[in-house]
Amino acid sequence: MTPPIRQLPADDPAQVAAFEARIAAGESIEPKDWMPARYRSQLTRMMSQHAHSEIVGMLPEGNWITRAPSLRRKQSLIAKVQDEAGHGLYIYCGTETLGVDRFDLFNQLLDGTAKYSSIFNYPTLSWADMGVIGWLVDGAAIVNQTVLAKTSYGPYARAMVRICKEENFHKRQGYEICTVLANGTPAQRAMLQDAVDRFWWPSLMMFGPSDTNSPNSGELLRWKVKRKTNDELRQRFVNLTVPQAQALGITVPDPDLRFDPETKNWVFGEIDWSEFQQVIAGHGPCNRERLEARRTAHADGAWVRAAATAHAEKRARRTEAA
Amino acid sequence: MGAQGHDAEDVGIAAGAAQAGDRPVAGPSRGPRLGPPLVEYLLRLGDDRLILGHRLSEWCGHGPILEEDIALANFALDLIGQAASLLRLAGAVEGAGRDEDALAYFRDGVQFRNSLLVEQPRGDFGDTIVRQFLFDAYSVLLWEALLGAPHEGLAAIAAKAIKEDRYHLRHSSEWVVRLGDGTAESQARVQGSLDRLWRYTGELFEADAIDQAVAAQGIAVDHRALKARWDQLVDEVLARATLVRPADGPMQRGGRTGRHTEHLGHLLATMQSVARAHPGARW
Amino acid sequence: MAESPGMPDSHWPLWEVFTQGTDGEPFEHAGSLHAADAEHALQNARDVYTRRGEAVHLWVVPSAAITASAPSDAGPFFDPGNDKAYRHPQFYKAPRGVRVF
Repeated sequence: MTPPIRQLPADDPAQVAAFEARIAAGESIEPKDWMPARYRSQLTRMMSQHAHSEIVGMLPEGNWITRAPSLRRKQSLIAKVQDEAGHGLYIYCGTETLGVDRFDLFNQLLDGTAKYSSIFNYPTLSWADMGVIGWLVDGAAIVNQTVLAKTSYGPYARAMVRICKEENFHKRQGYEICTVLANGTPAQRAMLQDAVDRFWWPSLMMFGPSDTNSPNSGELLRWKVKRKTNDELRQRFVNLTVPQAQALGITVPDPDLRFDPETKNWVFGEIDWSEFQQVIAGHGPCNRERLEARRTAHADGAWVRAAATAHAEKRARRTEAA
Repeated sequence: MGAQGHDAEDVGIAAGAAQAGDRPVAGPSRGPRLGPPLVEYLLRLGDDRLILGHRLSEWCGHGPILEEDIALANFALDLIGQAASLLRLAGAVEGAGRDEDALAYFRDGVQFRNSLLVEQPRGDFGDTIVRQFLFDAYSVLLWEALLGAPHEGLAAIAAKAIKEDRYHLRHSSEWVVRLGDGTAESQARVQGSLDRLWRYTGELFEADAIDQAVAAQGIAVDHRALKARWDQLVDEVLARATLVRPADGPMQRGGRTGRHTEHLGHLLATMQSVARAHPGARW
Repeated sequence: MAESPGMPDSHWPLWEVFTQGTDGEPFEHAGSLHAADAEHALQNARDVYTRRGEAVHLWVVPSAAITASAPSDAGPFFDPGNDKAYRHPQFYKAPRGVRVF
């Protein structure tokens, strides 16, 4: 949720000017540095959304771990979903440097006040989805994150560098699955095409609303939290991806898709923003299931977390007494 | 056509019916058919780790806290990796052209040789941790015994796996202690897990004709000594955890010869579903 | 660090993780995590931060135990170190043709 500006304390204009001069000089902002209240709140929102997306993003792929059709695929899928837990953890820790607690952020996810990437509210219906998610969804995430690795907030940038390094294998394993399916039986090829048909448009929506309709973009760009606009990143993704689709011999479900030799861009059709808004508003196919799964895991784990705390306290008391 | 004839035709016994009277209905009493001892032995090792790794992988995304989600996935990966090596070796020894995937995905439940302990549902985190601890303690001691096995492939797997399992044991032991000596609720829960799972521990230490046959090939594990060391290890951790060791009552057995609990069938139905829907496909 | 015992959910304290990549190298900050106690933190660090063989040794330190310099310290703490050219070997001239080292 974006907090309205008026609720935040007014910043000292001189400090704001000094801060913006640092940003303009390309300096990295560290946790204890002075920052405008609005910079802090925007970063908290953006980073926690990102972390939530990693955690919720474990579920659609986790759905196929028990059915992976070979031991090698099973291992790489577990490793990938596990990485997502790690990435969520890195970003939560980065967010904590802004003075919020991970448990509070978690509660915002569970009570539905925090947002996460809309893509994870789509169901995974076949094994091919594991390939297509790795290829398209991770592909889109990498385009986003490569730019975020240069973000002005130090802890976020450092988490992104680590994440980008680790995620290199995600997209490759996804595209490898797609390649094998594309060269497989007719049923496998059909499975792949169907998965692309379902995930193509939601992947484009991952970059967020169009620049003309993105309320936070201007400020985030000025503070170099974001370094590229949503539409720029989306175009970069499409340009990268269409040749990969051609190599697989599958079609992209967009009759308007064409190459513009002048701009060297793949021009794509109109995104259905009403669908995007619906999913963001909680009415996607799996919003309810995803949150329910997170809530259940959290509630089922409460006694475990409490036990570890109680045990640590007992141990500490024993050490004191000794 | 008479109703009776119609029935017989439908179930396809019409042709054999004439001879049925000639065949004795009483057969010799015998256990399940087992394959060559070393193959059977490697399947037991491999299937234990495949099924346990699969059960652990069910936690992915559902752990009690992020850090533990990651830890359980690490264990699942280690165990499935061990299983792949062991099944590959089993397939090679068998020499019938089956690789690890053929063995994992295209055998039926009665052909699996894992212990009953590992196929039990994941249950709550306490069930998972207690099972893991009981198995880890056994597995570490078993690998220690197999390190010097005169079979090069098996000894190499043991050398790699023992490092992984020693860490698993450290992790699962600490959790058993934390949960046992945690809150009143956690203690009651894990004591319950321990009491429920105990009946499946006896099978881990049983030696049968397969064990004797591989022992003759030099792969000799002293099951009685293994059990004694396991008892000691388990007792130490349970004492730290303030948990009560259940009495060694009647034990459930059968997994090693394919006589499983009903849980395995459901696990395999899920695990093998994609592979079996597309026989011959590559992935 | 301890929470009130009646609390239904537990806020485990935060720990900072340092990894040594290869033997003899300095320890570097890898990130942070939550854990109930030191052994738990060490195990979590192993599972979270060394999945790709990134370390041969680990340190975990309660985040609360770290004392950091403040941004306002930057001038008085560090600027004075910037103009002491005589601390660097390039400050000193050696006769041409003589190998001092």
